Amino acid sequence: MDSRMSRGNMLEMSGINKSFSGVKALHDAEFAVRAGEIHALLGANGAGKSTLMKILSGAYVADVGTIRLDGRELELRTPADAKAAGIHCVYQEVDTSLVAQLSVAENIFLDRIATHKTSAWLNWGRLYMEAEKLLSELGLRIPVRKRVAELTLAEKQMVLIARVMAEEAKIVIFDEPTAPLSTEETERLFQIMNKLKETGIGLVFISHRLHEVFQICDTITVMRDGRIIVTEPASALDTADVIQAMLGRSLEDEYPKAEANIGQTVLSVKDLAHGQRVRGVDLEVRRGEIVAVVGLVGAGKTELSRLLFGADSPERGTVEVDGKRANLASPTDAIGSGLVLVPEERRKEGILVEESVLHNLSLPVLRQMTKWGILSGAREKSNASGVVERLGVKTPSVNQLTGYLSGGNQQKVAIGKWLNTDADVFVFDEPTKGVDIGAKRDIFVIIGQLAAQGKGILYLTCEFAEAIGLADRILVMCDGRIVKQFHRGEATQENLLYYASAGQGEPA
Amino acid sequence: MKNKWMDYLYKYGALVFIGVIVLFFSIYNEFFFTYSNLTDILRSISIVTFIAIGVTISLTVDGFDMSVGSTVSLSTVVTATMMVWYEMPLVVVIIAPLVVGAIVGLINAFLIVKIRIPDMLATFAVMYIISGVHKTYTKGYAIYNHMQMTDGSKAPGEMYKDFLWIGQGELLGIPFPVILMIIAVIAVHLFFKYTRWGRQMVMTGGNEEAARLSGLRVKRVRTYAYIASGVMAAIGGIIFAARVGSGQIDAGSPMLMEAVAAVFVGYSVLGAGRPNVIGTFVGAVLIGVLVNGLTMLHIEYYVNDIVKGGVLVLALAVTFINMHRKRT
Repeated sequence: MDSRMSRGNMLEMSGINKSFSGVKALHDAEFAVRAGEIHALLGANGAGKSTLMKILSGAYVADVGTIRLDGRELELRTPADAKAAGIHCVYQEVDTSLVAQLSVAENIFLDRIATHKTSAWLNWGRLYMEAEKLLSELGLRIPVRKRVAELTLAEKQMVLIARVMAEEAKIVIFDEPTAPLSTEETERLFQIMNKLKETGIGLVFISHRLHEVFQICDTITVMRDGRIIVTEPASALDTADVIQAMLGRSLEDEYPKAEANIGQTVLSVKDLAHGQRVRGVDLEVRRGEIVAVVGLVGAGKTELSRLLFGADSPERGTVEVDGKRANLASPTDAIGSGLVLVPEERRKEGILVEESVLHNLSLPVLRQMTKWGILSGAREKSNASGVVERLGVKTPSVNQLTGYLSGGNQQKVAIGKWLNTDADVFVFDEPTKGVDIGAKRDIFVIIGQLAAQGKGILYLTCEFAEAIGLADRILVMCDGRIVKQFHRGEATQENLLYYASAGQGEPA
Repeated sequence: MKNKWMDYLYKYGALVFIGVIVLFFSIYNEFFFTYSNLTDILRSISIVTFIAIGVTISLTVDGFDMSVGSTVSLSTVVTATMMVWYEMPLVVVIIAPLVVGAIVGLINAFLIVKIRIPDMLATFAVMYIISGVHKTYTKGYAIYNHMQMTDGSKAPGEMYKDFLWIGQGELLGIPFPVILMIIAVIAVHLFFKYTRWGRQMVMTGGNEEAARLSGLRVKRVRTYAYIASGVMAAIGGIIFAARVGSGQIDAGSPMLMEAVAAVFVGYSVLGAGRPNVIGTFVGAVLIGVLVNGLTMLHIEYYVNDIVKGGVLVLALAVTFINMHRKRT
């Protein structure tokens, strides 16, 4: 960047280039972070932001380029080098970074304990006291003696942040930290990030949620195709600028309207219940209708989706598809009854990442691909190519391993595998999670097309804006129950949030 | 550049290794590279290959069947007693051990799929139980023609000639067990590649939860895999009985180790990176060639275990190094 920027920069990455087996992932990337700022790093999946951050955190080594911290050039060959220099990461998967069996305090000072930086003997009293002090500085109330395994996901994230503080970080990278958080938890995280900022730490914030970026960040850098497209103060940009920079084109309409005729009731759920998370749900979906179920994390949406798909068995309640009682003893039976699910955990549940696109797409319809138990290569191929073409899956060939595709294209495979099953009802659980903004629109188009074909769509999400933009009807779920219904055009983000968190009554 | 080299080594390492040792032994000993010795090697690995196919099938569904060795032992003595003690018709002689193998598989599947004991531990326990069962069944004695019974009488029957042909006969100059082995390898390969059930097993092993949420009945698939594994081991036991003409105690237990080594050598063959039956066969050949060659070098038999263990460690090292290399 120019010399105007370099003054006051704590971290400067310049001329960073990186290739993977001949494919250039980063072209001369320049990235700088000042002390005491929150710097957003944005880009569609595959834009190069994770490669850049992996270089910064020592997971990859750049082919060419320099990294300076406080004016001193760093040689980062391993994650340990980066940590020693004061560069830390708060990953989305907090569980891999924490030791579940140990207490909060032990986790916070793990580095010190593990390396015996103090002395051979641990002063437990002091350890707990220091941990408490650190947490209270961050404004957190987490019992320091509690085992990490008993914490909520948001609390674990806080423990991780406290640990980063304990290790005297200078630069902290937050990689999509808000993706698994509820709205209140996100607010709390932002307060803490602001506190970190006040202490002079430089924060890098990676998120797909643009409204959050504008809420909290001072500076925004957008990447595309391995290059830095723009670095500007957040106040100088708006959402449209950012999207344009990310996509290289302007986004016409985030929520394409689907024209569908709403017909007969196709899904009817009565008093469905299982444990604490789903406590008697009634709902109906008609043919051609998109019904969104919104709720905060933990409201019971995922559990509801698993019950509908026979992945878990309900304690009570009935489900009818097209007027017939559905057999939900197992997913196999649910599919037979005309219900399919695109699950939230795409890489673990939606697709087999180590199998080809073709194998993934054949899986639910293997019977159609076989005669006398023998698979027909031609039939499999035409099934897979048909789906790939219809959904616009970007893949070099149908034989590509699905894990190598981008998040959005993996999601298209997870949806596409159901297209030839003759399902009547499609249940989507957070289908846009971890999907970049271009692919998001594609997924909305696909869902609209399914509705137009007369399928019933149940769309479970914690992104209120998506529900408002997409759904014909919105049901608000709170604490395992449907507490409120809105028709298209009636709901606002505020009243959805109100019912999702309070559960009942009327907004003041 | 270095990566490419590693990829080649991973893909072709096992095959190149076989080539090198064959070359070495051929130069060292003129009898090594003769038709009769090569068929000898293949005949010697035929039984282990059947067991290894069983292990391959269990690994394909992301399980592990350690009980196959004991199943071989049980199948061998059941086969022998059907003739020596009971003088059953040949059909029964062959069907009985197959049924026994299937039952062992069913027990494994019950423990793993229904009770949810981890595969390795469940089959480890079953391995001991089956080992005890087969010795209890014969009261600890080997089964041979007109054997002395514990009550003082003599057993009525002897091993049938037609039956012994399975283990000792030849077709077109090729030992019959070798023919059976090659048919089995090809059949199982085709099964995994071209049949719905084979595909279901591969998918279940790839990610059980994702497979279940795609509509597969994964418990049923895993049950079938364990039954198939038991039946493969039983076939190994039948051939063993036919080969030695008696029912030996503990015939199968040393073969478990060889079979597992063969399967893990097979992981890397042609870069498969997963259990595959062609690779398993290559692994069995590798071990067979090594053992045969070392015997020709007059290296004592008790060294063989070191060699087999070494091959297993090497195969595991290659498999896991490559797995971690891929991940980073």
